[in-house]
Amino acid sequence: MKNMKFLIIGVLFGIILSKAEVISWYRIYEMFKFQSFHMYGVIGSAVALGIIVFYFFNKGMIKSYVGKQIEIEPKKKGFSRNIFGGIIFGLGWGLAGACPGPMFILLGRGAMAIIIVILGGLLGVLLYHAIKSKLPH
Amino acid sequence: MDIILQPWPWYIAGPLITLVMFLLFYFGKKFGVSSNLETMCAMGGAGKFIGFFNFDWKKNGWNLMFLGGAVIGGFISYHWLTPEVAVVVSQETIQELSELGFQNVGMKYLPDEMFSIETLFTLKGFSILLIAGVLVGFGSRYAGGCTSGHAIVGLSNLEMPSLISVIGFFIGGLITTWFILPLIF
Repeated sequence: MKNMKFLIIGVLFGIILSKAEVISWYRIYEMFKFQSFHMYGVIGSAVALGIIVFYFFNKGMIKSYVGKQIEIEPKKKGFSRNIFGGIIFGLGWGLAGACPGPMFILLGRGAMAIIIVILGGLLGVLLYHAIKSKLPH
Repeated sequence: MDIILQPWPWYIAGPLITLVMFLLFYFGKKFGVSSNLETMCAMGGAGKFIGFFNFDWKKNGWNLMFLGGAVIGGFISYHWLTPEVAVVVSQETIQELSELGFQNVGMKYLPDEMFSIETLFTLKGFSILLIAGVLVGFGSRYAGGCTSGHAIVGLSNLEMPSLISVIGFFIGGLITTWFILPLIF
């Protein structure tokens, strides 16, 4: 099956985030309280290395597995969508202590209560698309 | 094996996350977890009520596989790779959370005060988890990305929208941790 490789990359992702404890509610609390460098180190080093990787992608020095230029879809511009969406996301991130990836990794770790957070996430997505025409973007 | 069983330091985890991102782009895809929530809504038939969800969700099958893999990764690490489930948090964090009424701070990945089954079956506990989820889902799609799409990919690609979003993530997170958590606990 051609999507099998993505399953394997996902397993890797789940193990990394789990082993680095970034899926722990306490790690997110510590980050927002500036009581630990851990999360800043994880995200900072991922981005620092990512900048180098994307430089090679954008210059065409690293091509995709079929030899094509790797295209990175630009994010949608607009101050309101990014700042308000970001703040709303952050309010939830601080409360749940988990963003969408970690929610599912925690599910795999058997944390049953996280199902409610995931259901809430789906509801939030439905709600956004139901009312988005009324929001500033 | 000992090294794998220990908690992984940031300088191992960060570059490995970049590797995951690299592999997804190398195989012609992207790195963005929150769009899976849209795909799931579309799969569940949300298109009958909200036109946006009438897209061909099967084209995002690869990303659902990635997410399914993440669940399996969580399962594997929980059962075989994490002999010690305590999270070593700072003394400051332990003291603060204890003052808010949290017990056994850092003894597990998640505090019982939010995630135990007993808490889940209280109105307050259930509401906190549901509202937190709604905010994450709503905000991630409003901003067009979450930690993966904006904080990792967008910042790596030096995109201004992602910088604004990440600043937003922080404003929201700081408000919750500094002001809202002390109010509700």
